[in-house]
Amino acid sequence: MEIERHEYDVVVIGAGGAGLRAAIEARQQGKRTAIVCKSLFGKAHTVMAEGGAAAAMGNVNSDDNWMVHFRDTMRGGKFLNNWRMAELHAKEAPDRVWELEAWGALFDRTKDGKISQRNFGGHEYPRLAHVGDRTGLELIRTLQQRVVALQQEDYETHGDYEAYIKVFAECTVTRLLKDGDAISGAFGYWRETGNLVLFDAPAVVLATGGIGKSYVVTSNSWEYTGDGHALALLAGAKLINMEFIQFHPTGMVWPPSVRGILVTESVRGDGGVLRNSLGERFMFNYIPEVFKDKYATTEEEGDRWYTDQANNRRPPELLPRDEVARAINSEVKAGRGSPQGGVFLDVSTRLPAAEIIKRLPSMHHQFKELADVDITTEPMQVGPTCHYIMGGVEVDADTGAAAVPGLFAAGEVSGGMHGSNRLGGNSLSDLLVFGRRAGAGASAYVDSLPSRPAVSQESVDSARAEALAPLERSGENPYEVHAELQRTMNDLVGIIRKASEISEALEVVEKLKERVHLVGAAGGRIYNPGWHLALDLRNMLLVSECVAKAALLREESRGGHTRDDFPGMNPEWRRKLLVCSATEDGSAVTVEEKIQPGMREDLLALFEVSELKKYLTDEELS
Amino acid sequence: MSYKAKFKVWRGEGGEGKLEDFTVEVNEGEVVLDIIHRLQATQAPDLAVRWNCKAGKCGSCSMEINGKPRLGCMTRMSTFTEDETITVTPMRTFPVIKDLVCDVSFNYQKAREVPSFTPPADVRPGEYRMKQIDVERSQEFRKCIECFMCNNVCHVIRDHEENKPAFSGPRFLMRIAELDMHPYDVADRKESAQKDHGLGYCNITKCCTEVCPEHIKITDNALIPMKERVVDRKYDPLVWLGSKIFRRPSS
Repeated sequence: MEIERHEYDVVVIGAGGAGLRAAIEARQQGKRTAIVCKSLFGKAHTVMAEGGAAAAMGNVNSDDNWMVHFRDTMRGGKFLNNWRMAELHAKEAPDRVWELEAWGALFDRTKDGKISQRNFGGHEYPRLAHVGDRTGLELIRTLQQRVVALQQEDYETHGDYEAYIKVFAECTVTRLLKDGDAISGAFGYWRETGNLVLFDAPAVVLATGGIGKSYVVTSNSWEYTGDGHALALLAGAKLINMEFIQFHPTGMVWPPSVRGILVTESVRGDGGVLRNSLGERFMFNYIPEVFKDKYATTEEEGDRWYTDQANNRRPPELLPRDEVARAINSEVKAGRGSPQGGVFLDVSTRLPAAEIIKRLPSMHHQFKELADVDITTEPMQVGPTCHYIMGGVEVDADTGAAAVPGLFAAGEVSGGMHGSNRLGGNSLSDLLVFGRRAGAGASAYVDSLPSRPAVSQESVDSARAEALAPLERSGENPYEVHAELQRTMNDLVGIIRKASEISEALEVVEKLKERVHLVGAAGGRIYNPGWHLALDLRNMLLVSECVAKAALLREESRGGHTRDDFPGMNPEWRRKLLVCSATEDGSAVTVEEKIQPGMREDLLALFEVSELKKYLTDEELS
Repeated sequence: MSYKAKFKVWRGEGGEGKLEDFTVEVNEGEVVLDIIHRLQATQAPDLAVRWNCKAGKCGSCSMEINGKPRLGCMTRMSTFTEDETITVTPMRTFPVIKDLVCDVSFNYQKAREVPSFTPPADVRPGEYRMKQIDVERSQEFRKCIECFMCNNVCHVIRDHEENKPAFSGPRFLMRIAELDMHPYDVADRKESAQKDHGLGYCNITKCCTEVCPEHIKITDNALIPMKERVVDRKYDPLVWLGSKIFRRPSS
């Protein structure tokens, strides 16, 4: 069958915040740009972001600035972050947020008419630009509408809306193509028709988001199958920090069918408290040593902080997510959980009903419709849910370039920015800052090329055969393989890990890798979800192998990686990144240690030596 | 707690299809989309359905359940009796691709025909100052998750294919109202709302408001005020002149 062929300068895979911001940048730099996404335009996972975008605009507390944001980000990531990324992020986030406003976004306002900012875990000052608790929707709709605005400009000039930027919706990329070392295009299929499609392009920006669908309990949608992570690996790029997975402390726990759906951190930012079955605000018992002087030690002080931040310390409910998730896990394990296996999150006794509905409208709606719980009169039950992967494609901080020439990555699929744990609110700002940078990086790369890399027929033939294979077999049901992978990762490489269990998971993954070669997809090529899942399984298995192998090697506990058998944080390990690479056929993953470059002097000087001593080795401090 | 439910699900492609019968397990707390997923995993692996977030936030899983436009992820099974047969069909106003999945490109086309946000040329990013009360009107409309059920249910196009070229549907008439009420938008949208997007076709039966999963008061807060603005324009030349001379206050 004929393969549809398109020629572009830049192909962006993924249409969430990072992908759209990258595509907008590439188009603004005059590049012919394709946006290829698995869902309809405007449905990407970014819509689920609730709390806000962190940017040190200082609208609510004028003491805030990029240096404070940088420090908070490094602390949240337990100093494993790529400091250059954290620096760029803190410096550029305000401009990226203001730019959205010029494109039509309507954030909530302060009294003097500026963008309002809210408190969030790990952020020293109110910092999150937000729209109630539906900030992600505002962000994606604004970027979507900006793409449309650019298309309207192109229509005026060229008589064709799609002259410079086109959205290929419900289109899945299954392979990146290369000419020698460099990217030459991407290969995929239309979900709607099952027809195959080839993008001939010298630059590809990966913006595919995360990997949550390898876990049973997750806040992530079906799209989060680690496609970009896997495509990068198969193209010869490297992944870092794959052992660090963020379990968001507050997912719904009941009813079973909604287990894992996110309950925004804004509930706690706006005054909600966590209690166990004894009614205790247990977070006061879980303030770790490194944060001891920054959090309130009594309920009274924590409560005063909401109205007087200058003279009080924040309540421990607002510790970084990894700390809160582990605390909830421990309470449940100790038998002090709620009836359905979580803990209680209560905002009903903390704010008037009208205020709750105003500040947290979609939480109110979600609990009422899905769980028959009225959060203005009763507590919610919540527990940890697989939410975000800190690990991803190793990229150059300034340009988003991966090790493979022509390959770029931004947003959740890239690694480094958040270190071992991401602060809430730093994701929406991350994808704006680095989406733009990756779009610019890809554009500059295209400009620098003496000639376009060529797509070889051989690579197209093998990509075609790989994509169609599940349809030509009548093998095992892909849904069963998927379910087993999810259970395995959830139970054995979850929030608390140990060597024996991770090894067991790796054995299961090996067996599943064999089984995946046998799965068959019944039915035809038109909109066939069984076929789509069969192809996604390759990616999920590859990524799961990276997560498990890196988790087994890192013999310490830090951020989103907690080892029961190595409970402490070890400064020697802080200096090391675990770097995953794969064979071209994806049959094996190898993990190597790499030393992180030391932080620049002027950035180090932003911290007290006493704080640095908690994280850095003596050698680094001297 | 769990029981076997009877489902009729529309299956087919290329303009042909029929309702197929299924008997399928239902557990406590489940929604219709869970049951569709169970059918995929156990009985019909190629059953096509669009979905993403499964939390009522993305607007992908629009379908008709017992003839009513609903989000599959927000329709709890407990709203039906155990012996009730539940019929699930695709949205009627848009062409079916396969099973429960429609071609909704009509909506994306209409979205592209609404002129974009047009701020004054002299306001730079970071300089915007707006009162909360002034942004709230448009914020209500920006809650829209683009499930397109309002366009699906609107009788102007539901059974009248011929009206589609001239009518953008509640979703995009509301988008025009949203921009018109944006404190910084300076484009003139009244005439085009009527002429290019068919605001006059709307006879405020409020079907759109009734199906909106975000509970946006589409008719009362967007369409009727927009109609009033258009009428003011038509009959009062001073209003028109004033809007040209006086820029909206920017703080």
